[in-house]
Amino acid sequence: MNKRISLWRPLFFVLMLLVLYLPILILAVYSFTDATTIGAIRGFSLHNYVTLFTTPELQTMILGTLALAFGAAAIATVLGTLGALGAFYARPRIRSAVQTVNQIPVINADVVTGFSLCVLLVVVLGISKDTFIPLVAGHVVLCAPFVFLNVMPRIRQMDPAMYEAALDLGATPRKALSQVVIPQIMPGIVSGFGLAVTLSLDDYFIATYTKPATFNTISTYVVNATKGSQTTIKTALWALSTVIFAIVILFVAAMNYRASRQEKRREKEDV
Amino acid sequence: MRFSRKYLGIPYYIFLGLFVIAPLVVLFYYAFTNGSGQFTLMNFAGFFTNPNTLGTLLYSFAIAAVTTVVCVLLAYPLAYILATGRLRRKSGIIMIFVMPMWINFSLRITALKEVLTFLEGNLAMYPFLNAVVGMTYDFLPFMILPIYTTISRLDRSLLEAAADLGANEREAFLKVTLPLSMPGVMSGVSMVFLPAMTNYVVLDMLYNSTYIMGSLIGSYFSAYNWNGGSMIALILLGIICLFTYLSDSDEGQNNTRGGALL
Repeated sequence: MNKRISLWRPLFFVLMLLVLYLPILILAVYSFTDATTIGAIRGFSLHNYVTLFTTPELQTMILGTLALAFGAAAIATVLGTLGALGAFYARPRIRSAVQTVNQIPVINADVVTGFSLCVLLVVVLGISKDTFIPLVAGHVVLCAPFVFLNVMPRIRQMDPAMYEAALDLGATPRKALSQVVIPQIMPGIVSGFGLAVTLSLDDYFIATYTKPATFNTISTYVVNATKGSQTTIKTALWALSTVIFAIVILFVAAMNYRASRQEKRREKEDV
Repeated sequence: MRFSRKYLGIPYYIFLGLFVIAPLVVLFYYAFTNGSGQFTLMNFAGFFTNPNTLGTLLYSFAIAAVTTVVCVLLAYPLAYILATGRLRRKSGIIMIFVMPMWINFSLRITALKEVLTFLEGNLAMYPFLNAVVGMTYDFLPFMILPIYTTISRLDRSLLEAAADLGANEREAFLKVTLPLSMPGVMSGVSMVFLPAMTNYVVLDMLYNSTYIMGSLIGSYFSAYNWNGGSMIALILLGIICLFTYLSDSDEGQNNTRGGALL
């Protein structure tokens, strides 16, 4: 009995790993061939990567996605952090009202968020989608509440006496804020920013309802491409998928390495 | 005006008012008016008398429910193995399971589509099956993470106590671990069920289907029917609020959407 259990565990574990990663890995293998569908065996080729890195349309789309993600995340981080600070020091009634409104985009379906923003900004106010205002606003709406949620616990954990001490020592409120409070909540701000970038990168719905017709993010581009019949673009996207997969693996490995080094250092200090 | 920390929040309050509250107000207005701005309940009545929209609602509900159940059945054992196993470097291993969240979903679904096409041929032949497979593939990490977090935070001494009181492993699991891990399951369910109901792009990519709640909005959107679209959006919002209210367990686990980064 015991032996069977101990065998089932790793088996299930490996099976789940395969389920999650096999499609991506198969696509990665095929991205290095001439094949246009999976199953056909063809020779080794780098032409997908050449297409990926030399087609202007793909370049604009990738750089545009990154610019949008980092731009919207930066705005969202500033707004969300200020909002969390303000709400924390505000009267309880205001604070809970802000927290409630902050939850709306978090629980709402992105389809609804995107559609309602489009109706307000484009249909009612007549702002053209080509100005990028609806798109950027939409992505900030998507991201800022999560920055708020990431920063709030840090402010709560902060020692309130520090701020008072800075004031007693002659710092202006502004200085106390920028040199005492902000550094203490920095981890929350950084993780909020990182989360904002990933949310923006992964968004499809808000972008479809608010983006200019000629602009594409990776998501909207890929969705259109899978419905089209252009095989060169389709297989070039296999290469894109492989590149992103590789970047994510490197990133996770680096974070793990850092975490394990910190752990070791901590163990040494304990001794 | 003297500087006060309270004022820091003002830009964000204005932002929330303009881009979160105002769109919802406009949504309400459009949902209950017709094209010429007169109050009407036609959009509302139209939704519930149109067999097509009602059918879509039920179908999306079924897809979302089956996807959620499949996700729980797959994620719970895995999260349990990860949380209770004697694995070294657990944080690294859980990272492997949430890593797919950081790869753009459209690229992951493309990969899945290629594999499924290789296995099945025409994907439109098995729409329900492929919808569930696609959604499960997309949302599974969101179910693994919260369950893992609750199980690994369980107080081990409770299990020892159960053993001391004569429970065998199975009883201890059923009466201690399982009930105490329910908040994680619930938060995973809300992370999977609602997106599965509204996320039409997965189906659209797999076999060009638009037979799901979210895409109704999309079809009104492409027909410039803002009133009908607003009503669908409002009904979806209502379902979301109801579901969130029912499953609101506690602990403010709303962060799970990006919990991997924390």
